[in-house]
Amino acid sequence: MAAPGAAAGGGRSGTATGAAADWGGFEDNMQGGGSAVIDMENMDDTSGSSFEDMGEMHQRMKEEEEEEEEAEGEAGAAEEEDGEFLGMKGLQGQLGRQVADQMWQVGKRQASRAFSLYANIDILRPYFDVEPVQVRARLLESMIPVKMINFPQKIAGELYGPLMLVFTLVAILLHGMKTSDTIIREGTLMGTAIGTCFGYWLGVSSFIYFLAYLCNAQITMVQMLSLLGYGLFGHCITLFVTYNIHFHSLFYIFWLGVGGLSTLRMVAVLVSRTVGHTQRLILCGTLAALHMLFLLYLHFAYHKVVEGILDTLEGPNMPPFQRVARDIPVVSNAVLNTTAKAVALTL
Amino acid sequence: ARASVSLKAFRTVQFAGLTDVSIAEDIPVEGEITVPVGPHSPEDDYSTLDEPVKDTIMRDLKAVGKKFVHVMYPKKSSTLLRDWDLWGPLVLCVSLALMLQGGSADSKDDGGPQFAEVFVIIWFGAVVITLNSKLLGGTISFFQSLCVLGYCVLPLTVAMLVCRLVLLAGSGTVSFIIRLLVVLAMFAWSTLASTAFLADSQPPNRKALVVYPIFLFYFVISWMILTFTPQ
Repeated sequence: MAAPGAAAGGGRSGTATGAAADWGGFEDNMQGGGSAVIDMENMDDTSGSSFEDMGEMHQRMKEEEEEEEEAEGEAGAAEEEDGEFLGMKGLQGQLGRQVADQMWQVGKRQASRAFSLYANIDILRPYFDVEPVQVRARLLESMIPVKMINFPQKIAGELYGPLMLVFTLVAILLHGMKTSDTIIREGTLMGTAIGTCFGYWLGVSSFIYFLAYLCNAQITMVQMLSLLGYGLFGHCITLFVTYNIHFHSLFYIFWLGVGGLSTLRMVAVLVSRTVGHTQRLILCGTLAALHMLFLLYLHFAYHKVVEGILDTLEGPNMPPFQRVARDIPVVSNAVLNTTAKAVALTL
Repeated sequence: ARASVSLKAFRTVQFAGLTDVSIAEDIPVEGEITVPVGPHSPEDDYSTLDEPVKDTIMRDLKAVGKKFVHVMYPKKSSTLLRDWDLWGPLVLCVSLALMLQGGSADSKDDGGPQFAEVFVIIWFGAVVITLNSKLLGGTISFFQSLCVLGYCVLPLTVAMLVCRLVLLAGSGTVSFIIRLLVVLAMFAWSTLASTAFLADSQPPNRKALVVYPIFLFYFVISWMILTFTPQ
């Protein structure tokens, strides 16, 4: 607070023969104004705070006193500079403290400005402005391919639904890992699950957005995130069902049916927003391939990845990939399988 | 914190309209002059510094205990919200993580990742739910929400304790059914308790949007508890 006083004192003392003249001039400003407003022209380096001004004035007074005491019979300018020097030495610890304090204030101001600019979650607020009925409607719509592809389809740029779907997928993956396998290194498995799901959502969205930019499709990043996020609804359903009922054929039916429906919807929306056959082909082919392959990966290879991690961590004493749950007692497995068989029979 | 300036050539009347700031004559102004929030803060500091340590600890323990009671019998009271603290959540989180630790098949490195996993899931999940509820227009503050979510892990910690005791007795079919029922009941209790505290701070038509992530969060924790098998 008084550091600008030191700087201002240094600046100002060179301009007049005596500090008192400046001091008086400053005071004249105050008195002449008759108000509490400080004339900023006289300030070298203040932010306008009244505390700083008073601190600075106090500092100037002290320096003035010391100059008067120590520099008695000397010429004006030299006296001022020597006085300054002596002043700085005499006040060294205090000056250092004031400089440090000033730097802390400046740093704190900058940090809080940067924080309020970048870490402001209000930036995301419009993307979370949904009602439960809207979310439900969009979830159901994500399974219904649109017919009209000559007219750009509207995509809601909302992030609540996609975010919740990604977290649900993570939970389902954990559930799947538990039922199809064992105990252990859940730290690694948990990290893998979160990394896979978020990586897919963010990474593939960015990649398709980049391709869309190349192919001149009209879609924004938030819309792409939203579209792909809602496309994960099909994945969630498929995996939820097939992690509990272990039939390969059932999985393939779900893969083609449910996965295919949600992929078709995404593809149709993208096609409606792109012109040109080649561009449409590139964009939609890539998206369809990635989406369907991801589901395949989650169902089959994810377990292999898990097995691989477990193998490297535990050594080769693990039996090869088996789909029989080992640690959950027999009853749950038997119950599930008999239920599945009953369902298959009725179908 | 009021400081007084007494400068010789300075007329305080000029600044009388601004504020009454003063420092001692021979001490330069430095540091931060803060306006006290209310007249009671300096007195509070003095009183808690002078009391015996036992009093301080007992006061905090009583506050935590009162909040535990509020969680077990969730009524619409604002104690949890008003005087939030994070001691209870920390204690619950650490005890849950410790209890979930013994399930490692490999005794070489015992439960290191598991402890960290539970810790990270609970705190990361609570942060995400809080951000979500704030973005949906909630009026509750960040730490209040963390406090409520942490305290509502208490029923699940009790479930973990019960599960461990049941597993000591044996790990057959019956024990699985008992554990399943206990965990389900405690999961429902946790979710209802936290909903009772948090949903009030939301606009009425969006309660479902806030409850779903809480449901997911406690589901993941319950799943970890249910599938825990010691070796």
